[in-house]
Amino acid sequence: MSPNDRLDFAAIRDRLNSARGKEYWRSLEELAGTDGFLDFLREEFPRYAPEKGAPVSRRNFMKLIGASLALAGLGACASPPASKVVPYVRPPEGEVPGLPLFFSTAMTVGGYAMGLLVESHTGRPTKVEGNPDHPASLGSTDVLAQASVLGLYDPDRSNTVMQGAQASNWDAFLAALKGALDAQHGSQGGGLRILSETITSPTMASQMQALLKTFPSAKWYQYEPVNEDNARAGARLAFGDDVETYYRLDKAQVILSLDSDFMSEWPAGVRYEREFADGRRLVSGKTEMNRLYVVESGSTITGASSDHRLPLRPSQIESFARALARQLGLDVEQGVALDTKAVPDKWLPALARDLQAHEGSSAVLAGRGQPPAVHALAHAMNQVLGNVGQTVIYTAPVAVAPAAQIAGLKELVADMAAGKVELLVILEGNPVYNAPADLDFTGALAKVGTSVHLGLYFDETAAKCKWHVPATHFLEGWSDARAYDGTVTIMQPLIAPLYGGKSPHEIVALLNGDAAATSHDIVQGYWKDNVGGGDFQTFWEQTLTAGSVAKTALASKSVQIAGGKPQLPAPAAAGQGIELVFRPDPHIFDGRFANNGWLQELPKPITKLTWDNAILVGPALAERLGVGNYQMVELRYQGRSLHGPVWIVPGHPQETVTVHLGFGRSQAGRVGSGAGFNAYALRTSDSPWFATGVEVAKAGGTMLLATTQNHHTIDGRDILRTASLDEYHKDPKFAAHAIIEEPPTESLYPPIKYEGHAWGMAIDLSVCTGCNACVIACQAENNIPVVGKDQVSRWREMLWLRVDHYYEGDMDNPVAYQQPVPCMQCENAPCELVCPVGATTHSDEGLNDMVYNRCVGTRYCSNNCPYKVRRFNFYEYTDWAASQISLLHNPEVTVRARGVMEKCTYCVQRITRGRIDAERENRPVRDGEIKTACQQACPTQAIVFGDINDPNSQVAKLKQEARNYAMLPEQNTRPRTTYLGAVRNINSEIG
Amino acid sequence: MSEQAQTVMPVEPATSRVLGPGQTYSSVTEKIGGIVLTPLRRTPRGWLGGFTIAFLGVMVFLGAVTWLFIRGVGIWGINVPVAWAFAIINFVWWIGIGHAGTLISAILLLFKQQWRTSINRLAEAMTLFAVANATLFPLLHLGRPVYLYWFIPYPTHMGVWPQFRSPLIWDFFAVSTYGTVSLLFWYLGLLPDLASLRDRAQNKIVRVIYGILAMGWRNSGRHWFNFKKVYYLMAAIATPLVVSVHSVVSFDFAVSTAPGWHSTVFPPYFVAGAIFSGFAMVLTIMIPLRKFYRLQNMVTLKHLENMGKVMLAAGMIVGYGYMIEFFTAWYSGNIYEQTAFIARATGAYAPWFWLMLLCNVFIPQLIWFRRIRTNPLALWVIAIFVNVGMWLERFVIVAGSLASNFLPSMWQTYSPTIWDIATFVGTLGLFSALIFGFIRVLPMISIFEMRELVTQAKEGKA
Repeated sequence: MSPNDRLDFAAIRDRLNSARGKEYWRSLEELAGTDGFLDFLREEFPRYAPEKGAPVSRRNFMKLIGASLALAGLGACASPPASKVVPYVRPPEGEVPGLPLFFSTAMTVGGYAMGLLVESHTGRPTKVEGNPDHPASLGSTDVLAQASVLGLYDPDRSNTVMQGAQASNWDAFLAALKGALDAQHGSQGGGLRILSETITSPTMASQMQALLKTFPSAKWYQYEPVNEDNARAGARLAFGDDVETYYRLDKAQVILSLDSDFMSEWPAGVRYEREFADGRRLVSGKTEMNRLYVVESGSTITGASSDHRLPLRPSQIESFARALARQLGLDVEQGVALDTKAVPDKWLPALARDLQAHEGSSAVLAGRGQPPAVHALAHAMNQVLGNVGQTVIYTAPVAVAPAAQIAGLKELVADMAAGKVELLVILEGNPVYNAPADLDFTGALAKVGTSVHLGLYFDETAAKCKWHVPATHFLEGWSDARAYDGTVTIMQPLIAPLYGGKSPHEIVALLNGDAAATSHDIVQGYWKDNVGGGDFQTFWEQTLTAGSVAKTALASKSVQIAGGKPQLPAPAAAGQGIELVFRPDPHIFDGRFANNGWLQELPKPITKLTWDNAILVGPALAERLGVGNYQMVELRYQGRSLHGPVWIVPGHPQETVTVHLGFGRSQAGRVGSGAGFNAYALRTSDSPWFATGVEVAKAGGTMLLATTQNHHTIDGRDILRTASLDEYHKDPKFAAHAIIEEPPTESLYPPIKYEGHAWGMAIDLSVCTGCNACVIACQAENNIPVVGKDQVSRWREMLWLRVDHYYEGDMDNPVAYQQPVPCMQCENAPCELVCPVGATTHSDEGLNDMVYNRCVGTRYCSNNCPYKVRRFNFYEYTDWAASQISLLHNPEVTVRARGVMEKCTYCVQRITRGRIDAERENRPVRDGEIKTACQQACPTQAIVFGDINDPNSQVAKLKQEARNYAMLPEQNTRPRTTYLGAVRNINSEIG
Repeated sequence: MSEQAQTVMPVEPATSRVLGPGQTYSSVTEKIGGIVLTPLRRTPRGWLGGFTIAFLGVMVFLGAVTWLFIRGVGIWGINVPVAWAFAIINFVWWIGIGHAGTLISAILLLFKQQWRTSINRLAEAMTLFAVANATLFPLLHLGRPVYLYWFIPYPTHMGVWPQFRSPLIWDFFAVSTYGTVSLLFWYLGLLPDLASLRDRAQNKIVRVIYGILAMGWRNSGRHWFNFKKVYYLMAAIATPLVVSVHSVVSFDFAVSTAPGWHSTVFPPYFVAGAIFSGFAMVLTIMIPLRKFYRLQNMVTLKHLENMGKVMLAAGMIVGYGYMIEFFTAWYSGNIYEQTAFIARATGAYAPWFWLMLLCNVFIPQLIWFRRIRTNPLALWVIAIFVNVGMWLERFVIVAGSLASNFLPSMWQTYSPTIWDIATFVGTLGLFSALIFGFIRVLPMISIFEMRELVTQAKEGKA
């Protein structure tokens, strides 16, 4: 059979790709209309296949379709992996149907691990939680981890080995690879190159070592578009050595971020958020809090959570750092003068005094986008402030074989272009899409003899490679990885590969001549060899149960700045013209999550945009350019250009535009392809993070952007109650003052007595950072559908929990506040009164229950809800067609139909589970035993849920706090969800 | 009246009279019954043309509703926070229009207003059709319309009842009661006329149909005695409904918490608005009809003038309602109410608000002028403005209020889709088609009451 006669998968793929959004194909039946499909049948099932042109009996046809569909490998019924996996809490023997099991594993982004516990229902991973014992998680998660489970089931994932655009198979690939490898044996691998993403895996490190022993002349490069090159170079500048830095923010009283978005960035954003929050939680009598200064070139949640924020152009931050270092007594050269409009006169001295007053308990963090000099200055300042060993910890590098990634990629591309590369193996990553624009990776790739791409998707890179092999998702294969502090987690799979993927470990083993090794054997083999003493089986099970390998955190390293002061390069010249900042998208990161509908639809912090990136500008620049929201502009830099819509962000630095990476994918899948514009088009290897002298020109026309919040001003209302720390000290009950006097709280209907539990929630606005982890946790827990850009732009997003964002003050540098708004579970609920059929009712524990199958869809409840937390299924939003997605659904939560109202229930399924557990053990429900999904995910533990009838519960105590207030109390709704007023620790010298 | 009135071509009678001169028993019967009993082939071309256009509207309606049932209410422009828009606006608008009929036939009957006689039948029919159109919308706007029957308190083994605290349930009862009573009252009033048509029908089939519908009416004294008793009784029953229906409809809004809705002025203000729009719709239909069918001797300028006066009075109550709403918002000191009303006058929907004021408050002031209110064309134009204005009023209240709610983060606006508009236009078509059908098969003016009027005119009472 010649390849041309086979089923034309490329054509099918094209057909699939031409449909965007929710038009998932139902099954192969829909595709079966092609002639190719019948040919395929004939080849695979000759017994049943009809002769060409001969009529098929109905019976035979059904048989055929059934058999071929089952065997076509797209069936979603994957069995649990054959190798042994160990659950976290409960023993594996006798899984009880209906009861979920939790397995510990880890997810990596940029190579760094975050420990997770993954909930599994009868072999299907459905929900990701943080592993409380893992240092990078502490039990919480971020948006990427929460959404990862949707990525597992993504129907667009690659499911077959591809040779160019033709579907192939594993054996053909093996044969092709064998030929290529045999050729390399002669030249000791002189033509072999491996390009991976950042690797921290000890197993992979040893595999690579072995591989490079077999092929001594081969080269291994690592490249991530969001890399730590600057941090690494900065450390070398300061210490002359590769040093990893992490922080103990729990010990820091004063924190200064120099363009570091440490809260939302891996590797330790979740942990930093927790430590930051713990330092400012004004509860149980604590009256002092830490203070965060953020100097930033964009609009991030770190800046929005700060006490003092200073928006600066990215090129000015080095000058700022130099000026500050001089104030702190360091002998460094002065940078470009900062005008007082950008940096108010009192800022620097006040900041310096504040830092000096907290020697040993302050921390200076530099952002990965800032040049090495800023990192070196941060190291020097931390040293002079005595923070090293206290709030700043240095260790050996976590990544294996750290090197300058962009320089490495340059070298590789040069070799490729010169035709020196005969076999290139790309182990995940998408360099065709995200390599610097000046390198022409694509062109060089065409000159490579044999190029192999391993990836989750048949993406841009896969399409340009000779071979593509589907990769396993982290929930499908074994691996290991280190966290920010070096702690190793052995990543165990929860499900056998859904789409026949191969693990990178297996590919590397294959390159080294072992085609049979499974990821389980490889990873277990490594640890068998490297665990000294004791029973290995015990070690293995204990490690898997705990979620991390004991005592693998790297020892802190004592380093000194060479010569007492950092040897800095000459100060950078002043930035000319408009500056352009590149940032990874807060949700789809560098583009690898572009096909994840949850992340695409999650309103981004601050802008609340969904489904697109935009050219973010400040109000002053927008006014100068004469552009407004939705208007298209053209950015030009070094002869390259891109078009995108403008979005105005108050507080964005002057004369600066920000673009988020990760959009404008052409082969992301049906969800991600075509969304937004590709910012990599302007990103060059010498200015990967910011560029100066960018031209911005009106391009004419507009583009629809879907935002979920149009009004960011609070309009004189007291729904958000705030104070400075001084004001709080003077009047702890500041949040009790309402602008509208509360009327006597009377209701027409008799009050309800809550004799058992009375569930309630308190949300501490002082520590909420607006990171959105709660929102996506809610979506994952409660089977909330994705509705698409069109529906979001019609204000029909379905998220039960939203994070409202408000600005206060000056348009050029406003103070930002974040307010998560779940259902308030009012005791006098306006929604309940108006439902004509009693579909929303009051439970005896005080929940506003929603009875989906009773709802007729009048939407009156939503109109009558003062908080507008109800969401309506205007269409059939749940995708019943994609069978893989239905595997993802939480079996304990109803999937809602068209025409039905839905809302937050405080995760009533979790409450019920907790109550049942308690009843079975004949004990009361323990405080903290039941956690709502949002609470569990929250990195700062701003959300606390529990029984307010129990005076000793955490939530009841929070509601006794002076800062506790209800939103819209004069409506006499008596909400069960209350807020703790936001307090900012204002430095009175700055004001 | 001059001699000219005796000629065949009708001329506008003096405005002080409710009946043109020279009308006799037989001329009245001939004139009104003749329209109905015209053989099929001699149906006027104007009627055919009008009905065809109306029928196209019905097709639009069926198309829009079919697509609605296939795809769901998402085809409309509604969202969260504006979860109610065209459907509810249209519902309230049609229900309001449906007020004039009962008011004219029942209340004016009890007050012995002779000028109601020649307009009550059409007004009642219009009421029925308006209510029929109105009741479609609560059904159509449901997310799951198949379950509308859950509004009905029927006993089930599950023991599940409607939720009686909800104004929508009150609505359900109020509207269904009003619809039922209006239908009965209208049918009851038709009985003697159906008998007349039966007796005068040339065609056997027609005679049988009217005969069945006349339920054996034989014009006996006993029939008349019972008829009058029941008719007045029904009028007495229907009278409170005029006030109750729209009060209850207004509770949908007044009982809720939304700023711009939560207002005690709503019941009287909605009732006045209903009468306002109802009379406007009667005028809208009656003025062209009397011209087309040359009924100027029966529907005289006196009728038009009186209806204009009622419209003016009701319109001024409505204007007062607008004023009080703003005053209350200011006087209450409630920031949410204030913002809602500032948004009403200056926000996204401000043009519609000002257009509404123009239509409902300013233009109707022209009716103060006798020359204008006795000019059918001028009155007709004003009535059209009022119809538009009253629709806009509901739009401003329903969509405008929801768009500016308590939390600024949820301030979002609404704009209708093509399907919103098609559904509305479709019900206009449906309504017109029903009206056209009615005037073709049933007497649009009460024959027996006109005969009474003739008698009274002879006795010098009219």
